Amino acid sequence: MTESTVPHDAGQPGRTAAPGLDARLVVDRGAFRLDIALTAAPGDVVALLGPNGAGKTTALRALAGLTPLTAGHLRLDGAELHRTPPEARPVGVVFQDYLLFPHLTALDNVAFGPRCRGAGKAEARARAAEWLDRMGLAGHAGARPRHLSGGQAQRVALARALAIDPRLLLLDEPLAALDARTRLEVRARLRRHLAAFEAVAVLVTHDPLDAMVLADRLVVVEHGRIVQEGAPTDIARHPRTEYIAQLVGLNLYRGHADGHTVRLDAGPAVSTTEDLSGPAFVAFPPGAVTLYRDRPTGSSARNLWRCRVAGLETHGDQIRAELTGELSLAADLTTVAAAELDLHPGAPVWAAVKAAQTHAYPA
Amino acid sequence: MTSGPAAPRTARPRPPGRGVPLALLAPALLGLAFLLVPLLALLVRAPWRSLPEQLTSPEVWQALRLSLFCATAATALSLVVGVPLAWLLARTEFRGRGLVRALVTLPLVLPPVVGGVALLLALGRNGVVGQYLDAWFGISLPFTTAGVVLAETFVAMPFLVISVEGTLRAADPRFEEAAATLGASRFTAFRRVTLPLIAPGVAAGAVLAWARALGEFGATITFAGNFPGRTQTMPLAVYLALQNDPAAAIALSLVLLAVSVAVLAGLRDRWMRTA
Repeated sequence: MTESTVPHDAGQPGRTAAPGLDARLVVDRGAFRLDIALTAAPGDVVALLGPNGAGKTTALRALAGLTPLTAGHLRLDGAELHRTPPEARPVGVVFQDYLLFPHLTALDNVAFGPRCRGAGKAEARARAAEWLDRMGLAGHAGARPRHLSGGQAQRVALARALAIDPRLLLLDEPLAALDARTRLEVRARLRRHLAAFEAVAVLVTHDPLDAMVLADRLVVVEHGRIVQEGAPTDIARHPRTEYIAQLVGLNLYRGHADGHTVRLDAGPAVSTTEDLSGPAFVAFPPGAVTLYRDRPTGSSARNLWRCRVAGLETHGDQIRAELTGELSLAADLTTVAAAELDLHPGAPVWAAVKAAQTHAYPA
Repeated sequence: MTSGPAAPRTARPRPPGRGVPLALLAPALLGLAFLLVPLLALLVRAPWRSLPEQLTSPEVWQALRLSLFCATAATALSLVVGVPLAWLLARTEFRGRGLVRALVTLPLVLPPVVGGVALLLALGRNGVVGQYLDAWFGISLPFTTAGVVLAETFVAMPFLVISVEGTLRAADPRFEEAAATLGASRFTAFRRVTLPLIAPGVAAGAVLAWARALGEFGATITFAGNFPGRTQTMPLAVYLALQNDPAAAIALSLVLLAVSVAVLAGLRDRWMRTA
């Protein structure tokens, strides 16, 4: 290929390329194919969110150079990294279980990167000490990883990745290895560090809360493809797949809108306040559903479906009822209400949702 | 400390009527006796009174020094080429890897005498490789101390390779990936991350190889002969002494037994701890 004659793939030789990340990652693995496009400007924090097996970690490994691309491209600050081996990429990785070298102290773990990238021993250690200090770990410089708590190990791993001055920081499930208590504190701290990081950060998570707290932009990946991307609040309010709807806790249906009514693919119609036409989604929270033993007579709800209880589980201090029937949906109710309704698997119920509680948007 | 206390060693009470059946106990004890009685005989018949004199005789010292030197040199040689070979087997994919592994382990089951004959045919003065060594460099390996080292390496190195390969397979390869993302080349990652992580396995393999080299007889006598001071190692000296000076043979055997026990003691954490 000659660059002068073939206008390939948005590559514009001679022009200063835009800083940041510009990638299309294609990885073929037998039956599985990952194909996603990612762009981000310096300072962006992008979260790849998706169920297990969606290809998030494969994407991260491809960005780091640990898994080769089948096709596509990978540009970072204008430099083509597609064929660059991992050790030559300006990419820092925080692995899910950190992978701190167990035979090295926290300080030497952090100094490892600068040392491999040409710094002298004293200089590398000075830089590592600086990073540990910034992470509030100055007192643990001499500790081996096995003597660090989960939160401390996570910070050492972050310091180690940042100590090589990466232009792209990758975090694989950064909070998954922590217990619930530490998680809260580490998440807040990580958010501060990511906000202060001046290059591109990409994190992979299956936890919507982590994604929404830490990232400016969510990229939802399912079956190796991007199904939705955007600002966290936008995605939380307008989920476009069943997976995202479950993550953010909404009942979601696809249908065809005509005025204030959306006829669902699943059967019944739903009255909404929005005035739409054409393919549309309708969403409503489980808390908006009211259940009745007998068909309500004086109810103002226009959306009324005859259902059966498929399952019950406690959800915080509430009961979540999974219903099937005219419409499959989840409904939240108090324990007292559940007892009064005599809910049990197989029990018939009527489910009602007020139009004002639904939210319809174009598909 | 985060690690839990050692499991209590007290025997759990046995349910009634669940003793060890005699049909298993009797052969088990017979087998145990079979392994122990020869060693006890060695201790019983040892010429304890003349032992200091035997052990300080120049012949014994000569054989012992040569044995220690050759076994150590063979171990060093095994480490230099065996650890990279183990890495290749554990960390890379290539065609015929299974066959290569089988060939590496062949000396484990091959009669050492056959190994010695094979070495002669390869490195002997008219051997496949040896003729060129002789013609081009004037190097002749058979019947030299270097020949002893090679014979011992041939027999001992598989122990090291198998041990190190197992340790490498058990070690998490993602540490090497983490090192790569930090800027380490594959060799740097191996040297600074993998090698320290597998050091206990390498040490155990080295001790095993050393012990095997120290006791090596068949390949050595076939390839290197039996020249006192040059190629006559301890096992060869024991065999020779048994013909004309049994007391000396017993004394030499005791030394080798002591070395073996020391090796076992050194490795007990690794090989004798049951799950």
